[in-house]
Amino acid sequence: MAEADIAAALRTFLPEDCVLSREEERRPYECDGLTVFRQLPGVVVLPRTEQQLQQVLLTCSRLKVPVVARGAGTGLSGGSTPHAQGVLLSCARLNRILEIDAHERIARLEPGVPNLRVSEAAAVHGLYYAPDPSSQVACSIGGNVAENSGGVHCLKYGLTVHNVLGVRGYTMEGEPLELGGRAPDGPGLDLLALAIGSEGLLMIVTEVTVRLIPRPPCAQLVMASFADVHSAGTAVAAVIAGGIIPAALEMMDRKATAAVEPFAHAGYDLSAAAILLIEADGTPEEVADQVREIEQVLRSAGASTLRVSGSEAERLRWWSGRKNAFPAAGRLSPDYYCMDGTIPRRHVGEVLQAIERMEARYALHCMNVFHAGDGNLHPVILFDANDHDSWERAERFGAEILELCVQLGGTITGEHGVGVEKLNSMCVQFSPAERAAFAAVKEAFDPAGLLNPGKLIPTLARCAEYGRMRVHHGALPHADLPRF
Amino acid sequence: MAATADAVLAELRERVSAAHRTRQALRLKGSGTKDFYGESLAGEVLELRAHQGIVDYEPSELVITARCGTPLSQIEAALAAHGQFLAFEPPAFGADPSLGGVIAAGLSGPRRVYAGAARDFVLGARLLTANGELLRFGGQVMKNVAGFDVSRLLCGSLGILGVITEVSLKVLPRPRAEQTVRLELTAAAAVESFNRWSALGLPISGGAWWQGSAWVRLSGAPPAVRSAREGIGGEAIDAASAQAWWDALRHCQLPLFDSRLIWRLSLPGAAPPLSLPGEPLIDWGGALRWYADPAADADVRAVASAAGGTALCWRGAAPAGRFHPLPPVLARLHRRLKERFDPHGIFNPGRLLAGL
Repeated sequence: MAEADIAAALRTFLPEDCVLSREEERRPYECDGLTVFRQLPGVVVLPRTEQQLQQVLLTCSRLKVPVVARGAGTGLSGGSTPHAQGVLLSCARLNRILEIDAHERIARLEPGVPNLRVSEAAAVHGLYYAPDPSSQVACSIGGNVAENSGGVHCLKYGLTVHNVLGVRGYTMEGEPLELGGRAPDGPGLDLLALAIGSEGLLMIVTEVTVRLIPRPPCAQLVMASFADVHSAGTAVAAVIAGGIIPAALEMMDRKATAAVEPFAHAGYDLSAAAILLIEADGTPEEVADQVREIEQVLRSAGASTLRVSGSEAERLRWWSGRKNAFPAAGRLSPDYYCMDGTIPRRHVGEVLQAIERMEARYALHCMNVFHAGDGNLHPVILFDANDHDSWERAERFGAEILELCVQLGGTITGEHGVGVEKLNSMCVQFSPAERAAFAAVKEAFDPAGLLNPGKLIPTLARCAEYGRMRVHHGALPHADLPRF
Repeated sequence: MAATADAVLAELRERVSAAHRTRQALRLKGSGTKDFYGESLAGEVLELRAHQGIVDYEPSELVITARCGTPLSQIEAALAAHGQFLAFEPPAFGADPSLGGVIAAGLSGPRRVYAGAARDFVLGARLLTANGELLRFGGQVMKNVAGFDVSRLLCGSLGILGVITEVSLKVLPRPRAEQTVRLELTAAAAVESFNRWSALGLPISGGAWWQGSAWVRLSGAPPAVRSAREGIGGEAIDAASAQAWWDALRHCQLPLFDSRLIWRLSLPGAAPPLSLPGEPLIDWGGALRWYADPAADADVRAVASAAGGTALCWRGAAPAGRFHPLPPVLARLHRRLKERFDPHGIFNPGRLLAGL
């Protein structure tokens, strides 16, 4: 169906300003936070109400037009890359906080509400929403649900899936759907668990009920330097083995600290091969106790220097470096490619050393920031998008890191999602039968296959092609990985 | 041990594939301690207990992986040796349940609303499907968003999608300190207090009420537990008595559970007392309410729905099935998922949903 006809069909029930069909209006929607994947959408719709959104789905379902949902467009895996002949459904205008119940400690939100706004609105009650992806100023709750977003505090407070109680929304066929809710553990299969992290392939969410938790009265940050990455990795395991679950446990390698320090002025030890940032939160007595324990463990694990934040300003300054790691990469290089593999914590040192060897092989630099507490790596590969060969090397470099993660018992994505970016890596992590199971889930929710088609689940043909390519290039060393 | 486990698994695959070919219904059985739970028991028994053993446990990773037939007691003992535990406190009914049964039922104990439910701790699972294939979903890491979250879907599935042969669970260190206090409160005041204390950030890990007494368990760092205990007041319970109370609650061993008809209502955590005759046993800080022998004409399901929740007939004959009925659109999604995972309907037919 021609895009003009789709736009006309949508304009029969939507106000003029809710349907964008001119090229210059559609252009801003051609990519999400992963800008190397671009596609101009057929039509962009921005419904203002849930009823309008339902009508969009009913119409697209009838006309067999693909629908790609988009929140704030901050995703890092191309999950909301548009469909050329499809509708890009922006949830940005559904952005009201519907309810905050401070006593029950829940909030009901429309999908377009920015993550941070939930915590700001709940602050008067001493409450907040725990998952804090680094894009939290902009990223939307609907997008968080689609991606099962994490953040630096997941180890103690969980991911989106642990903090969302229920969602309401619509199937592609326009049928209303309510999964989970304020009452825990309802009857039937846990379809809420499927919907969270489903990358817009199963349903469109129009309301999210989240759990709010009390803001800890006090937080303190411990910063430790290590002379080599291995001992930093060992220290991480020692903290956990010591029965400590810190609020955050982050690692940065020397390349990362060197990149951020010149403009963040965080005060990092640039002589250290790696630094750890470990946060304790709770009552002042609790925090004092935990900081003491953390210091002890780190000292016996061989930390060369150890500092504890003496003020809230200092704590925030130390965090500012970590939180600006990605923008810092942008200062070092025209473009950067952020990976998101997860590994069992005990392999941290090994993986960082392997990445160092890959840097030489692909002739590209890579700095490493790392949610060490949950084993979630964010290697940031520096490249130049204007140089096509540079991007190709970056892509292969990234794929090799992910394959190593799978080989070590980890996963290709800890919190950024598969989208279009990691379709090839899905072929490595999952067998054909496992991918068929994902396709079965997709079919059950969306038999016509119109919701965000071509994402998350690679086709058999694509995996076969990727397999051939890898053998052909012979550049990837993991010959012992299972083939298909 | 590995060879034995492989042999047992190979035999299970054979049995399941054969059943799929001949369309023979299978009734998946671990320890058989939850035969009472579900809509119906049908099919030839498929014993899963022999597929047992802890596959991997590395305390510093906070993850344990074990085969489905592994007794819960064995897992809890292994964790206890390293000061760790299953924070969702799975209930055991009578004998020692198997890990597969614990996850297939997806039931959680008193820490449910404070630490998380069984599904919150599931990191990965292996599934034996109807056509005899072994699939792996999730993994052994804390963060994993590759593909749909099928391993969590399996938690609470009552085996209708396939045989859960292996599970990886997140585990947590045992709290440094624990203290239970008892206060004399009405049910309404207890629920109000549980919610208020939680909003204040007190380290509550259990909030229950029964027969005029509210029981509050505080867990965490010693100073936090101490100051919360002072703030709450009430009578401090010694460790042994506290353990006995929470165990009885967790494993449904209080006298109330001897009743012939028992309803289990799941509600929004701050829901006021219900207009049902008789006094409930309240758990989960107000989100779980047990009612024993309500009047014959009480429409428990309607009352639960009106309060924003659902009602499960835990024991005794329910008018229309054990579980709260699903809205048609959800029932349809269940049917479609079942058809795709188990096209001949061989796994636990009718156990989760009548006719499925």
